[in-house]
Amino acid sequence: MTKTTPTFDEMTADGLFRGPYAEIARWLAATPREALERRRHEAELLFKRIGITFAVYGEGGDPERLIPFDIIPRILARAEWESLSRGLVQRVKALNLFLLDAYGAQEILKAGRIPGALVRDNEAFRPEMTGFVPPGGVYTHIAGIDVVRTGASDFWVLEDNCRTPSGVSYMLEGREAMLRLFPGLCAAHHIAPVSHYPEELLETLKSVAPENCRGRPRVAILTPGSFNSAYYEHCFLADEMGVEVVEGPDLFVEDDVVFMKTTTGPRRVDVIYRRIDDDYLDPRVFRPESVLGVPGLMAAYKAGNVALANAPGAGIADDKAIYPYVPEMIRFYLGEEPLLSNVPTYLCERADDRAYVLEHLHELVVKLTHGSGGYGMLVGPHSTAEQRADFAARIKAKPHEYIAQPTLALSTVPTLVESGIAPRHVDLRPFILCGKDVRVVPGGLTRVALREGSLVVNSSQGGGTKDTWVLEDDPADVPAVAPSPQTQSQSQGPSKGQSQSQTQGTAPC
Amino acid sequence: MLSSTADSLYWLGRYMERAGNNARGLQVTLRMASLTGAVDRRDNAWRALLTASGCAPGFAETGAEMSQANVVRYLAADATNGSSILSCIEAARSNARRVRTALTTDMWEAVNETWSEGRRTTEATFTPDNLPAFLDWVKSRTILFNGAYADTMLRDEAWSFVRLGTMFERADNTARVLDVHHHALAGTEEGGAVAYVQWQAILRSVSALRAYQWVYHSRLDPERIAELLILRPELPRSMIACYARIEETLDGIAALHGGRRGECHRLAGEMHARLRFGRIEDIMKGGLHEFLTATINRNLELGKQIQEFYLQA
Repeated sequence: MTKTTPTFDEMTADGLFRGPYAEIARWLAATPREALERRRHEAELLFKRIGITFAVYGEGGDPERLIPFDIIPRILARAEWESLSRGLVQRVKALNLFLLDAYGAQEILKAGRIPGALVRDNEAFRPEMTGFVPPGGVYTHIAGIDVVRTGASDFWVLEDNCRTPSGVSYMLEGREAMLRLFPGLCAAHHIAPVSHYPEELLETLKSVAPENCRGRPRVAILTPGSFNSAYYEHCFLADEMGVEVVEGPDLFVEDDVVFMKTTTGPRRVDVIYRRIDDDYLDPRVFRPESVLGVPGLMAAYKAGNVALANAPGAGIADDKAIYPYVPEMIRFYLGEEPLLSNVPTYLCERADDRAYVLEHLHELVVKLTHGSGGYGMLVGPHSTAEQRADFAARIKAKPHEYIAQPTLALSTVPTLVESGIAPRHVDLRPFILCGKDVRVVPGGLTRVALREGSLVVNSSQGGGTKDTWVLEDDPADVPAVAPSPQTQSQSQGPSKGQSQSQTQGTAPC
Repeated sequence: MLSSTADSLYWLGRYMERAGNNARGLQVTLRMASLTGAVDRRDNAWRALLTASGCAPGFAETGAEMSQANVVRYLAADATNGSSILSCIEAARSNARRVRTALTTDMWEAVNETWSEGRRTTEATFTPDNLPAFLDWVKSRTILFNGAYADTMLRDEAWSFVRLGTMFERADNTARVLDVHHHALAGTEEGGAVAYVQWQAILRSVSALRAYQWVYHSRLDPERIAELLILRPELPRSMIACYARIEETLDGIAALHGGRRGECHRLAGEMHARLRFGRIEDIMKGGLHEFLTATINRNLELGKQIQEFYLQA
């Protein structure tokens, strides 16, 4: 692989075990390979039993697959996370302000900081939303920001996801699996908990209920149905929050009010966490042939009788052609310098950029402007001459459909693979919740490219997941010599007297 | 029915339920200990579990140090602890064996297989690595047992006594789980993440974490947790749900006996009525701990009355 910088390994750097991984390094050295294998197998059984599957399309075979779960956690120290999370909050605030502006006065376009045509002619731009302020002024309530790392303090935002980012159920189930499989290892760390995420999500959703809503807001999750790749997640979140998961036909609109059909008659719905795309939301406004959506939903929304999360049109903020301008948004709306860097991005529709891209295809990553899921992308350093020629032709034919970025040397984390424990490239998707307040649950979903050298972490492309630990402390680095297995102390201190003790009924007779 | 038969059926129900409750308690504490880095907090979690399962005095007598490994061993496997999971299974099976003909085949097999598999456990079963699988197994076996008797038994006296045992044990467990955590619920302890982990643990101990969201649709809140576990009849492990079943079952037995009733019937009715007409604000105002202690004591009295009236006549 052609790389300009050496890959940053998160566990071992400069002959040291980095602090957050010190305990893991000890554990890996002390645990026999078979024991790890056995745990990996158990993790798989666990995920199978829970039924946490992901649909993979277009490859034949079983479409319902497990995403491989790697049992070696990815760990961030508190200080690392805190600085990262400040950057995330800043970014999501700016994205939301941009959305309000894009569908409002368009100040940022008038100021010439973003080319107007890039926004107005973008297919992710929803003219239907112009002039509308969503309840609470929030467009993207649940954002997933994809972050990669190339050095100890070098984090880059690779992509924003402002529409319906998925993966949070893997973050939560991954943690449960780790607590179950490795209670001792977990106890040896101060791991910040994530299990309150569903509660935070529910609070976020309730906080943006429309003003017309009286009493306690009723929340529902709108799913495209059981064939959707993230159906498990929709049900999981609904269950965790104690709300209904509904499909389009479960809902109807009357006098601009949304109801769900229940055994006790129609019940008003105030907030819909929709996990279906804008295009399918309402056949009266968007695609007329859609059977997934709810006729009249947009009218109810505009009338202020229901809140939609995320708001329709939020996709303009995570469009890959808009992405290069996010740092500008942060400066423009917040008057701050961005805390997190963008990856330099070439827009192929700009002539200069295009010329550069065509000359440097072998070292760039080329992506579809509107694509997602790792489909239809070219990873230059891993490509064949034939593939490059194919992409060159495509870029020339439809330049606006492509962007390109330098190939980053994504950090690696030790991963259990066929040949043993080996470094594999990872990214991170933290989830940022925006309602009345902005909240981030510490951690996120770490995706790992299981193939050696691969930089593509998408689950549709052979990626797996890892549990992401954010520590509540900042452990010091330790020398990376072969560590001697240490037993963990489990308890100290005298046991205190019981404040009360009851005897329970004992044996019969 | 012979008093001794009724006694065995009742204790069969209690021991199977207790095995499951202990498994839940261990699962939850294990999770909590993994989440709390500080050693003293971890020890507190184990200490609380001992108290909740009524095993604190017995554990203290062993002279063992308060540590995860020791508590796990004592609660899961120790033969000298009559309430350890393996002891419960052993006791449930010997009770079942005594009244084999009063049981359905499905019930017997559920108990007997549990016992014979339980005998195959070794030291290694209870190591941190293997413990979760064991606890899952225990839980699934008690669920199987409960399903077997719900689905296959005639609704006669035998069924009534098994159910009485199950519900009695369950009511007691819920009250104790709440009581050992009453500090966390009364808001007198440190707040924030620590209290939150404890609240989650309380709910998980009675398999009610998701139920909470379905009932309240809101953030975990100590008063609501207490209300759910004490006063909400739709939660199958709430105290009121258990006392409703206890009263109903005792009434059913009385009806089979031509209306013969005793102090246990009155007491069960009174306890159920207090919960039916109780308000959580009042309970919290009067002190959750005081309320729970009083309930646990009345429950002990109820157990004694049932014993005297039916089981050792």
